[in-house]
Amino acid sequence: MSARSRNLFLVPYTLWIVLFVAAPIALIAYRSLFDVEGALTLDNYARFFTPVYLRMTVSSFWYALLITLFSLLVAYPAAWALTRAKHKQLWLLLIILPTWINLLLKVYAFLGIFGTYGSVNQLLELVGIGTQQILFTDFSFVFVSVYIFIPFMILPIFNALEELNPSLVFAARDLGASAWTTFAKVVFPLTIDGVKAGCQAVFIPALSLFMITRLVAGNRVITLGTAIEQHFLVTQDWGMGSTIAVFLILVMVAIMFAAGQRKGVIR
Amino acid sequence: MKSLIRSFAAILVVALGCLYLTSWLNSSQGYSGANTLTIYNWGDYIDPELLEEFQEETGITVIYQTFDSNEAMMTKIQQGGTTYDVAMPSEYAIDKMKQEGLLLPIDHARLPNLKHIDERFLDLRFDPGNGYSVPYFWGTVGIVYNPELVPDGLVFDSWDDLWDPRLGNGLMLVDGAREVIGFGLNSLGYSLNDTNEAHLQEALAKLQKLTPNVKAIVGDEIKMLLANEEATAGVVWSGDAAEIMDENDKLDYVIPKEGSNVWFDNMVIPRTARNLDGAYRFMDFMLEPEHAARNAEYVGYSTPNKDAVPLLPEEIRSDERFYPPPQLTSRLEVYDNLGKRMLSHYNELFLEFKMHRK
Amino acid sequence: MSESRRWRWSNLYLIAVFAIMYAPIFYLMAYSFNSGGTMHGYDGFTLDWYREVFADTRLLIIVLNTLVIALLSGLLSTVLGVLGALAIHEARRRRTKNALLSFNNVLIVSPDVIIGASFLILFTMIGIRLGFVSVLLAHIAFSVPIVVLMVLPKLQEMSPTLIDAARDLGASRWQVLTGVVLPFIKPGIFAGFFMALTYSLDDFAVTFFVTGNGFSTLSVEIYSRARQGISLSINALSTLIFLFTMLLVAGYYFLTRRSGTGAQAAAGRGGAARGAAKEGTP
Repeated sequence: MSARSRNLFLVPYTLWIVLFVAAPIALIAYRSLFDVEGALTLDNYARFFTPVYLRMTVSSFWYALLITLFSLLVAYPAAWALTRAKHKQLWLLLIILPTWINLLLKVYAFLGIFGTYGSVNQLLELVGIGTQQILFTDFSFVFVSVYIFIPFMILPIFNALEELNPSLVFAARDLGASAWTTFAKVVFPLTIDGVKAGCQAVFIPALSLFMITRLVAGNRVITLGTAIEQHFLVTQDWGMGSTIAVFLILVMVAIMFAAGQRKGVIR
Repeated sequence: MKSLIRSFAAILVVALGCLYLTSWLNSSQGYSGANTLTIYNWGDYIDPELLEEFQEETGITVIYQTFDSNEAMMTKIQQGGTTYDVAMPSEYAIDKMKQEGLLLPIDHARLPNLKHIDERFLDLRFDPGNGYSVPYFWGTVGIVYNPELVPDGLVFDSWDDLWDPRLGNGLMLVDGAREVIGFGLNSLGYSLNDTNEAHLQEALAKLQKLTPNVKAIVGDEIKMLLANEEATAGVVWSGDAAEIMDENDKLDYVIPKEGSNVWFDNMVIPRTARNLDGAYRFMDFMLEPEHAARNAEYVGYSTPNKDAVPLLPEEIRSDERFYPPPQLTSRLEVYDNLGKRMLSHYNELFLEFKMHRK
Repeated sequence: MSESRRWRWSNLYLIAVFAIMYAPIFYLMAYSFNSGGTMHGYDGFTLDWYREVFADTRLLIIVLNTLVIALLSGLLSTVLGVLGALAIHEARRRRTKNALLSFNNVLIVSPDVIIGASFLILFTMIGIRLGFVSVLLAHIAFSVPIVVLMVLPKLQEMSPTLIDAARDLGASRWQVLTGVVLPFIKPGIFAGFFMALTYSLDDFAVTFFVTGNGFSTLSVEIYSRARQGISLSINALSTLIFLFTMLLVAGYYFLTRRSGTGAQAAAGRGGAARGAAKEGTP
């Protein structure tokens, strides 16, 4: 279509970008240059490179990595099984459905399920293993996070698998490749884009989890998201909060570039 | 194309229908009339029957809204665009709000019932002469524990008991930087308003030794978790303690002897108030001893209203855990507003404590 | 023989995943009938919590608010998002295209806390009163990019010859848009609306920041109620909402299956990620 009609489409969209994307980022970057007393300074950035925040960054990355890895390990076979199921579109909808139930409520349910007198411990007691401390451990934190992110990992992988031409798999098998070789040399490489999209969809939000670090991990896991929330809502040190946010935005951009092409990611 | 337009029109009709229904419900409940009073309070922090009585008595429709932290409340009032008539912030927040001009001065002449408030709770450092605030409830920070689960000999009359190795991962802390750093300082004999860097580092080092005992650091969920016996002991506000013990009467509450924090929640009139007359009538209504007593009984916190105390049931007013005798109150300190920079520092120390692994 | 065994194993795995996905939800639902009053120890069956939900006018108002916000923001962000997708698709220079896409994706990958905080600063600066309007604007703002991502792949699938053919037959630009392009990308548009609805209904953090003056949505209300210790009426409410969405999904599924658009719409989120990925690859 001609330049004129293109401009027409661009007007409202650009307006949206300027108002709700560019302006907020600019505001965040601007805020990060002020300390708590409103003085212009680069102190916040200096503070970010002190051991407290560096350790927090390292631990955020570590947990985000764990969460992404486990999500992938669970989601890939699930997506594969989905492509082979009858009524797969319905099953897929059923995978999305739990995301509509308020996150907080699900987390509260997990408090009940994992608690000292909760269902899981009752079960363990029954089989003779005895009560274990589950809540407020790294295990429960990673488990609940994976639980939350699974649908976002399954969907892109499912789509990639759906696009896969089944005759390629048959061909590989006919040529004598083992099931594993077929997977490693044919299926996985062909679905790598879906895997990448899924990993991004999980990794970036996992860096900034904040609600479940308190509810499920009892604040024993501290992520950058926790620190942002603290600075915005508790200490009201918006400058420091914005500084961490700027760092997260930079990481996000870096990941988008590192993934090869610029990929869209679903939160 | 047609089906697109049709579906979009249908969605629009449904949305507008809902919108109309909402406004109809709102007006039928009196939520949108002119004679309304918007109260901004902590969740579940007033006897709903009193609200109803107030509405009947005055014909004012009350809109009751809740916040869950002083900071969230301040942010909302500070940035304007809201119309709260009465709010109930804690004392350190009042100091801040005053400095930032978020409060309207209170005309004592319009609050005849102010005379019922105990002098101990008036004219405090955060608001000299009570120019901007009227006490609503008060309480302390202490330790809730389960005598059945606690190792022998531990009664938590000292903060140091928390460090007992026999507690082993059985402790929960409330997620507050001032509270946790505060008891760290108290346990070393320092003031919980200490800003001396050496003292703060000493407190942090001592707190980090507490890590093996700490099971979790949580927010309001601490009430539910402690009542469900998920932990042996917990550091909580006295109000929460009262609620926990209400749920599970096996538990007990103590204020350690080294001293602790005493806090106040107060009624204030934010700058954004529209119904000033209603705000004064409401505040005076709540200061009425009979109403204050009923409210204290419902909420379970300690009332600063000296004429309301005798109206409380014997077992409540003689409970020294919640109405401590003067010799104990003298060891309690009010939080000073340490300034944003110091608060931020406290918070960073707290983050460091949280990240410490044994 | 071995083929059918593998089939059974894969189904078993799927069932296990589903069991875990739905375990906390059924846990919540089970306790909505507990007369004990807590999510801890089952005392007996009761419907009291459901009665409480229906007696609570304020809660009903909030449910309606949530619906209005979701529907309106879904509608408006769909319109904006479709325009955005068209703008990106029509952009000639690669750099413009990539820049637009990157801006588009920023909101999707930003943590909710940052979005909420920055919108709060923004609305304060512009002077928008916190409440219905600010929440609606925020929801539109964060739903637009997902709609764009849903519509773009469909635009890409459309062969340029289709448009050329229409132009050759003398169709005006407007006629091409309404007669050829929009009908073709319709599944994407519906999927976009559907996702925008999901985002809006699901959002807590952003709304929490930008709401005020007595305006509340369900997730914010649940948050403040749940913090005071859980009331089982919240469980009852979520059970009702869950059943309602189940009905919607079932209806949606059968409707779209009949018209044959279900596949694309259902593959919603994943399709979007893939579509955007395609956009970047020449």
